[in-house]
Amino acid sequence: MGRERLFAYAQDDKRGDHRGKVLAAGMTDTIFALASGAGRAGVAVYRLSGPGAGPALAALTGRDLPAPRTAVRARLRDGGGDVIDDGLALWFPAPRSFTGEDVAELHLHGGRAVGRAVAERLLGLGLRPAEAGEFSRRAVVNGKMDLTRAEAVADLVEAETAAQRRQALRQMDGGLESRIEGWRQIVVGALAYVEAAIDFADEGMPGDLMAGVSARVSALAAEIEAALADNRRGERLRDGLHIAILGAPNAGKSSLLNRLAGREAAIVSGIAGTTRDVIEVHLDLGGWPVVVADTAGLRDAAGEIEAEGIRRALARAQAADLKLAVFDGAARPVIDGATRALVDGDAVVVVNKADIAGGGVPATVEGRPALAVSARTGAGIDALVAALEHEVASRLEGGGAPPLTRERHRAAAMECRTALRRFDPAGEIELAAEDLRMAGRALGRITGRIDVEELLDVVFRDFCIGK
Amino acid sequence: MKQDWDRRADVVVIGGGHAGCEAAAAAARMGAATMLVTQRLETLGEMSCNPAIGGLAKGQLVREIDALDGLMGRAIDAAGIQFRILNRSKGPAVQGPRAQADRALYRRAMRRLLDAQAGLELLAGTVEDLVVADGRLAGLVLADGRRIACGAAVVTTGTFLRGLIHCGEKRWPAGRVGDAPSYGLSAALGRLGFPLGRLKTGTPARLDGRTIDWAVLEMQAGDDPPVPFSFLTDRIATPQVSCGITFTNERTHAVIRANLHRAPMYSGQIESVGPRYCPSIEDKVVRFADKDRHQIFLEPEGLDDPTVYPNGVSTSLPAEVQAEMLATIPGLERAAILRPGYAIEYDFVDPRELDHALETRRVRGLFLAGQINGTTGYEEAGGQGLLAGINAARMVAGSPPFVLDRADAYIGVMVDDLVTLGTAEPYRMFTSRAEYRLILRADNADARLTPKGLAAGCVGGERGARFQAKAAALAAARCRLAELTASPTALRRHGLEVNQDGVVRSAWELLAYRGIDLERLAAIWPELGDIGGEVAGQLAIEGGYQGYLARQEAEVRAYRREEELALPADLDYATVGSLSAEVRQKLAAARPASLAAAARIPGITPAALAALLAHVRKRPGNAA
Ligand SMILES: Cc1cc2nc3c(=O)[nH]c(=O)nc-3n(C[C@H](O)[C@H](O)[C@H](O)COP(=O)(O)OP(=O)(O)OC[C@H]3O[C@@H](n4cnc5c(N)ncnc54)[C@H](O)[C@@H]3O)c2cc1C
Ligand SMILES: Nc1nc2c(ncn2[C@@H]2O[C@H](COP(=O)(O)OP(=O)(O)OP(=O)(O)O)[C@@H](O)[C@H]2O)c(=O)[nH]1
Ligand SMILES: [Mg+2]
Repeated sequence: MGRERLFAYAQDDKRGDHRGKVLAAGMTDTIFALASGAGRAGVAVYRLSGPGAGPALAALTGRDLPAPRTAVRARLRDGGGDVIDDGLALWFPAPRSFTGEDVAELHLHGGRAVGRAVAERLLGLGLRPAEAGEFSRRAVVNGKMDLTRAEAVADLVEAETAAQRRQALRQMDGGLESRIEGWRQIVVGALAYVEAAIDFADEGMPGDLMAGVSARVSALAAEIEAALADNRRGERLRDGLHIAILGAPNAGKSSLLNRLAGREAAIVSGIAGTTRDVIEVHLDLGGWPVVVADTAGLRDAAGEIEAEGIRRALARAQAADLKLAVFDGAARPVIDGATRALVDGDAVVVVNKADIAGGGVPATVEGRPALAVSARTGAGIDALVAALEHEVASRLEGGGAPPLTRERHRAAAMECRTALRRFDPAGEIELAAEDLRMAGRALGRITGRIDVEELLDVVFRDFCIGK
Repeated sequence: MKQDWDRRADVVVIGGGHAGCEAAAAAARMGAATMLVTQRLETLGEMSCNPAIGGLAKGQLVREIDALDGLMGRAIDAAGIQFRILNRSKGPAVQGPRAQADRALYRRAMRRLLDAQAGLELLAGTVEDLVVADGRLAGLVLADGRRIACGAAVVTTGTFLRGLIHCGEKRWPAGRVGDAPSYGLSAALGRLGFPLGRLKTGTPARLDGRTIDWAVLEMQAGDDPPVPFSFLTDRIATPQVSCGITFTNERTHAVIRANLHRAPMYSGQIESVGPRYCPSIEDKVVRFADKDRHQIFLEPEGLDDPTVYPNGVSTSLPAEVQAEMLATIPGLERAAILRPGYAIEYDFVDPRELDHALETRRVRGLFLAGQINGTTGYEEAGGQGLLAGINAARMVAGSPPFVLDRADAYIGVMVDDLVTLGTAEPYRMFTSRAEYRLILRADNADARLTPKGLAAGCVGGERGARFQAKAAALAAARCRLAELTASPTALRRHGLEVNQDGVVRSAWELLAYRGIDLERLAAIWPELGDIGGEVAGQLAIEGGYQGYLARQEAEVRAYRREEELALPADLDYATVGSLSAEVRQKLAAARPASLAAAARIPGITPAALAALLAHVRKRPGNAA
């Protein structure tokens, strides 16, 4: 297909007629969704977007549209005139709205019955439920936000801790976009100089041009290098920092996990080898997101299943950002070799069962201070939480710059860095230009300037309805 | 509608400038019965401004025109009196062949090529009107009343549409100095609904070379031996000359500054936009106030012609001020002015009216090429003319359009830029406009385009045979280079230092190393000794660039995948969901041919593209 189709337009004489029809029918449709969390909540927020949002709001409230961007009290009625609910209505006419289209918001009392009645009424008015990510998608289409901001909206929806929320909010404000754009501008600026030296060689360009360009390029390469060397802070903050609880069977690992989680997440028993598989719990540790994993006790395996559990525990120890090494204060010796071998700078050491522990408890293991705790009585747990918080914060807290928050950001930044490192001011100038062009392209991919079509599907896939 | 035609042709080309000559010859090569109508046959192939062909990026355009069997390369090879490769200190992808022409020889060479072209009739006349029936071009009307019926027409009237010359406070209507402007055609285009804009350009005074004090000037000779443009030319036979170099100085600038109020661009007499990249001397003095001198090349316009073109001092100051200013310049103190410089304002058509075949969307069978589309320069005009001529012939024959994309040729880059982005100033080609610059080189224009030209039917037998021979030699040599291999230790024995990593390298891979060339390799493998000439040159370039070329080729594949997502020409943007009014408007104006073209329009957001993509995939019968 393609070319033939492209040029086969001319004969269609009746184009004028059918265009009129299409114009009327072809307006964007209007979508709605529950924008607050699903289920029973104090307040449920419904968001409507599209050309039909205004008429729908007027029909629901039985009154004129409220003044833009001010909340008014409204009584919503269904098609038969019965009151559905008493709530607040807001009106955001295009283009000053989240999506750039006409948007209406209804803040209602939660509850399934109300939700069902509202949805029925909106469907009756010709609106349709939004697809996943559709609000953000429309916002991006209308130039209201770039891709990093759209991603931040998704992150904000998913945010479980204060730090995650802060990061998402910052990115949504364009923090990451302007950082990447700043880099891209440097590349574009440098490229412009090089191109000028190529295309206007005969106009007497200053000879020291390349020296300045080269300094700027290596400074940028170093900056991107530093951003990449942040231990994946942004991604870890997004996903949660991984902590693995490790120790001998019966040391009290599962008991500790339950203590930290504040609930019975893992089975506890006096039988050594109770935990066979990895059990994960998402926790908010002083505002920081963490994923704590309880693992099988480390020993010479008793059976096939337990052996596999131990293999997984060791793999977890490897992959974890932080290890919680648990020793059994009641056991003799307290320090078992398998667990000790895992203690390094990324480990927090506890000696459990302080309530029944005898003497011989060491103050440090492999140079790391050992905290005495009791999962049973709760003694020392506050100190443990404080120690963990400290370690987590030191890994997630960053400097001022908004971090890269996704694998695709990182991949593109690395490609950019590689191209910038290849840039050789002393080599052929057209190749130097080529390196800069590739560097710019890679950055453009983060904010969504190029290579968009394959990327968008991915970006919008992990969106939540209504945001 | 009266159907009383005096004459009939498949393709009529209007205008005999650089676009027109290529268009007419290309249409005729394609087998269309072609007629070239131009005001005066004596000005066929006239160089309105600088008597030079080629330059950075422009040289590549000439080689591309030549690779498609166009005329410009052969004409300049017959008329060039100084050949130089520009940017010689830089890499081969950004070097540009350039030659100064003997203006009369160039016209003569062009005329000879046109006369030799079968199926082409040259006709003196001025086209006044276009006859359109049912949205289709039916024919045209000449000023003397003759009516010519045609299947397609290519309009290449350059700077002539409502042309207005400015020289100081004086102004008069003209197409260029000495030629009448075109009003009828401009009005006809306006009537058909084409949006017309206005641009300006300028030219310097012409000097009498016998009154220039050459003895005080630095002289610059061309390359020896001169390198021809055409793949068909073996050797340049015209005598070669040098040009002089001089500079403006503070006194020159003082004269200009004192008379700035009399320059039409500054007095407000001209409001249209001129080329930023080819500023007049008054522009340079104002915009680069800190520069204390500007370079001027004194270029002879011909072997038997005393006229000298002072390249670098284009101006539209009053004639007497031009004289005063030039007299301050070393070597020009007593120089006589044969003709003062001037600026010209003219109408152009918004090129977004065109598709990639250079056919207008408004009137089927009507093609536009050259300066009328907002470009500047002979090479830009020639490239468009060639493409439009081929497509006019194909349209008449009922064949699908011949389109070049951004990875095929500079011609493709130019056309794509023009038809998707339009232009706000005279559009000139630069190498930086091309994303795939390392691929779009002067040396491989034939490899890129001649096979396409052969397939389209615009390349003749002689060139076809030559090309096949060269391509075979290249392929054989590439093969040999890939097969010859050596270990690092073996290379060390031959005095070549590579990483002692035990990896066996081919002769081809070794070409990528700085300082290793074919000659060096022939010392190791004597069987490489007989690779020479053009083939050796091209292999050296490709070998040297190989890592970068591989990356660029990967990019090209991605670009073409997007390019294949064609947006139908009749796409009604009102029916595409989720587009803002602003985005809709931009798309409707540009009518991008593909998703990739849409992405290049400023202000088109990524998700707007996604919406387009989704829409096109949904369209019945378009499930690609
Ligand atoms: C004063 C001046 C300064 C320039 N300065 C520069 C410069 O600095 N740099 C640069 O790159 N380029 C410059 N150019 C531009 C360059 O000359 C053009 O870009 C190039 O010649 C355009 O080619 P064309 O084929 O489109 O039109 P032209 O070469 O202008 O040819 C137009 C042809 O159409 C014919 N014609 C016009 N109207 C009709 C009609 N109604 N019927 C029949 N025939 C008609 C004319 O007789 C002429 O033969 C300048 C041009 C001028 C006039
Ligand atoms: N006295 C006392 N007993 C404890 C303490 N912590 C855990 N226990 C007991 O120790 C036994 C083992 O506890 P778990 O939490 O199952 O130990 P584990 O390390 O998960 O064991 P495996 O899953 O088998 O590796 C249980 O009987 C717990 O009640 C503690 O702090 N003090
Ligand atoms: Mg357990």
